[in-house]
Amino acid sequence: MSDWNREDPLDRNPPGGRASPLRRAIGLGSSGSGAHHWWLQRVTAVALVPLSIWLVASLIAHARDGQQDLLAWLGRPAVAVTMAALWVILFWHMKLGLRVIVEDYVHADRMKFAILIVVDLVSLALMAIGVFTNLYLALH
Amino acid sequence: MPSSRPRPRSPDVRIYKPQLTSVLSIAHRATGVLLSAGSVLLVAWLVAVADGSNAYAALDGFLRSWIGIILLVGWTFSLFYHLCNGIRHLSWDMDFGFELASIYLSGWLVVSASVVLTLATWIIGMAAGR
Repeated sequence: MSDWNREDPLDRNPPGGRASPLRRAIGLGSSGSGAHHWWLQRVTAVALVPLSIWLVASLIAHARDGQQDLLAWLGRPAVAVTMAALWVILFWHMKLGLRVIVEDYVHADRMKFAILIVVDLVSLALMAIGVFTNLYLALH
Repeated sequence: MPSSRPRPRSPDVRIYKPQLTSVLSIAHRATGVLLSAGSVLLVAWLVAVADGSNAYAALDGFLRSWIGIILLVGWTFSLFYHLCNGIRHLSWDMDFGFELASIYLSGWLVVSASVVLTLATWIIGMAAGR
């Protein structure tokens, strides 16, 4: 291992880090919100590994299906629960990822503010539409 | 503060030689944006299936047209690239593979794996969906 290993990369408050003593004590860093965003992006990324493989495999398996076959498949409780979980985690991950991209490349304050609101609202709307459609198909 | 002041550029993207590392880094973001657009279509597809009107037949017809296939192949590659490179990022977070040689090796591995997985998916998918 390299000498990167001297400090634990998951340690949110490494000694000798850039945070001031007070910030280090509070544990929030310069952004004021700590490593919350960073951590959630990793958690959702890990969850998306099996979920996205499941999605691709399922879509291949149902490539021949007509609408009625798809409705029967989507009505199965395990499929509905897995797909609903996919929407929540996928759109959460999307919301976090798009936010970082906007923050990095859009420097005009008003434009950044507007785009971030659109990103958050569209992500939450897609999450809600996906979850409720799956519930509807499973319970109808 | 004026809302749009000149920002420093470092490295200057106009004169900086592209490297595998920087190209893969920006490709991770680009595929993330493409997949965001694809996920909108995925939800639209689910709603169309549930709706029971002519929406499903129209969307299904579009996705099976040549432009639909091109989009789906692009999204398949983007998904596998973002997935493989995401795993590469997660391993860095755990301090694995941070030496320069490892970074280049894992970079080429990610590119090869994405191409192979995309081809495999479409070969299996075309065989199954015929």
